[in-house]
Amino acid sequence: MQLFKNLDKDTRRKAKKLFTNPTAILGFTLLTVYILVAALAPVLAPPADPQNPYIIPRLGFLTEPQPPSAETIFGTTEGQYDIFYAVVWGTRTAFKIGFLVVFCTTLIGVAVGSVAGYYRGATDEILMRITDVFMSIPFLIAVIVLTTILGKGLDKVIIALIAFDWMDTARLLRGNVLQAREEEYVQAARSLGLNDLRIIIAHILPNTTFPVIIQATMRIGTLVVVASGLSFLGLGAPQDYADWGQIISYSRNWQGLEFWYTIFFPALGMVLFVLAWNLIGDALRDIFDPRLG
Amino acid sequence: MFTYVLRRLIMIPVTLLGVTLLVFAMMQLLDPYQLLSAYVSSPAELKGQNIERLITKYGLDQPLPVKYTRWLGQVVKGDLGWSESASMPVGKAIRTKFPLTFELALYAFFPIILGGIWLGKLTAVRHNSAFDHSTRMVVIVGWSFPDFVFGLLVILIFYSWLGWFPPGVLSNWASRVVESADYVRYTGVLTIDALLNGRLDIFWDALRHLLGPVTTMTYLWSAFLIRITRSGMLDVLHKDYIRTARAKGLPEKMVIHKHASKNAMIAVLTVAGRLVIYLLTGTVIIETIFNRPGMGKFVAFAAQQLDYSGILGGTLFFSLVLVVGNLIVDVLYAVYDPRIQLG
Repeated sequence: MQLFKNLDKDTRRKAKKLFTNPTAILGFTLLTVYILVAALAPVLAPPADPQNPYIIPRLGFLTEPQPPSAETIFGTTEGQYDIFYAVVWGTRTAFKIGFLVVFCTTLIGVAVGSVAGYYRGATDEILMRITDVFMSIPFLIAVIVLTTILGKGLDKVIIALIAFDWMDTARLLRGNVLQAREEEYVQAARSLGLNDLRIIIAHILPNTTFPVIIQATMRIGTLVVVASGLSFLGLGAPQDYADWGQIISYSRNWQGLEFWYTIFFPALGMVLFVLAWNLIGDALRDIFDPRLG
Repeated sequence: MFTYVLRRLIMIPVTLLGVTLLVFAMMQLLDPYQLLSAYVSSPAELKGQNIERLITKYGLDQPLPVKYTRWLGQVVKGDLGWSESASMPVGKAIRTKFPLTFELALYAFFPIILGGIWLGKLTAVRHNSAFDHSTRMVVIVGWSFPDFVFGLLVILIFYSWLGWFPPGVLSNWASRVVESADYVRYTGVLTIDALLNGRLDIFWDALRHLLGPVTTMTYLWSAFLIRITRSGMLDVLHKDYIRTARAKGLPEKMVIHKHASKNAMIAVLTVAGRLVIYLLTGTVIIETIFNRPGMGKFVAFAAQQLDYSGILGGTLFFSLVLVVGNLIVDVLYAVYDPRIQLG
């Protein structure tokens, strides 16, 4: 962990503070539960077909949702999709989307931001104007339009999210790199004749990416919400796929109080997941950088 | 200041041009037939026509730069093609649907601003009290609710259970009146039109239908405002001039409402401006759930129906709102706070 070795004393003290902060502890606890659920999904809800574990099993073909019973502890949606199964495997879907998108957007953002900040001048101007253009389409609208053009589906949603969520990272890192490039250690590296790529990767990035990682943590919750929003609208996950937004969309036609379970359980699963990330993000923001918000 | 505004004004067309390039680039991912459906100005054109002739007519066989300039020429003229999902030209769809989105944003804005500022101030003044911590929890939980989940819960509780407010925009009897010949639609904003027509009953009916979506938006967005107000206030409360004010024996009320609030409000003002933009451009899911045929629902429905000209036109429109809105907010900010030096 080269990255963390480079952290100064102050950051390490702050990291310690993070693990004693009650908000953060609550967040980490919730997150641990979710990681366990995702890891143990095959045990908690054994798939009928191990080749396609994300396909929600159907317990019949009745239209009307059925309340929780011994067989299905969270009940079933319209068309008898098992809600418990969908919530459990939906956890994996959420983690997959969150991590994949955050990983890719962070890479793009770091690449754009470090090049813009390091070379300054015309390169910087052009890259930042491109960033502005990507930010000029409201995020959700941009994701909807690109997903639709690509032809709907969860993979398309992921591509669209990656295409339109790298800009904040790029801007944040650019600012940090602009500062770092004037530091003595970078001057020293340059005078040794190291090439630019090596200076950026080996010298500048280890000292500037920490805020980016914090920001990435704070983005995961929102990303999962947007992805399930698209599934909810029918643009993301297919009909029988274990996705929280998809399973919640089934409750839309059954808004009577007697069908409370069709919304309650998937909603609870989703809200607590996002809450976990937000609690961690809130604590991080408080401790590390109030300006990040 | 003048040069700043001027520079921003010059950047606007550049950014908008960039947006059209981006949208055009996304369009190129469509296959030729889908692309053609985004070009034609009415569905009649597609019937009985030779596809090859249409492709030549719209220049789809031309090189990219030529295609782009032709398309841009159409867009600038406001010709955004035919929306299959709304069965009308996209331009007309925007004109009829945007007032409903505007109305929703308008009614959601005031409770969010007033409630958010009030609670934000209160939590900052009672920093670290039980009230502060519990509000903070409510805020984080609110922030964690996806809008479709909270909206569905509002419908479940207030519509299905209590029967207080219905989804949609008007009751049946009211929409019959609105569609009748002697009812003039001045603005397209239902409540304003009702008042202008002197129909208080329709005004109340429209207002009742607004309650659900407005409640949802208020809860979800207040969180954002409370957080900003609180941190702005906390920042100011630690300044020297506040200590001076307290030291000279001013009553605490005066210190907070006269001295601290004024400076804390600068941060809140910018956020209020951004809030308007978020409210205007962030209604896709709320309008879909509450069945309000505004711009947000238009885009969602167009996407579901694979109505390409509909979503492309909607995207261009929302970007225009965002870019122009940001400009207005930045300029107002510069005018309001003379300390800001803009190069």
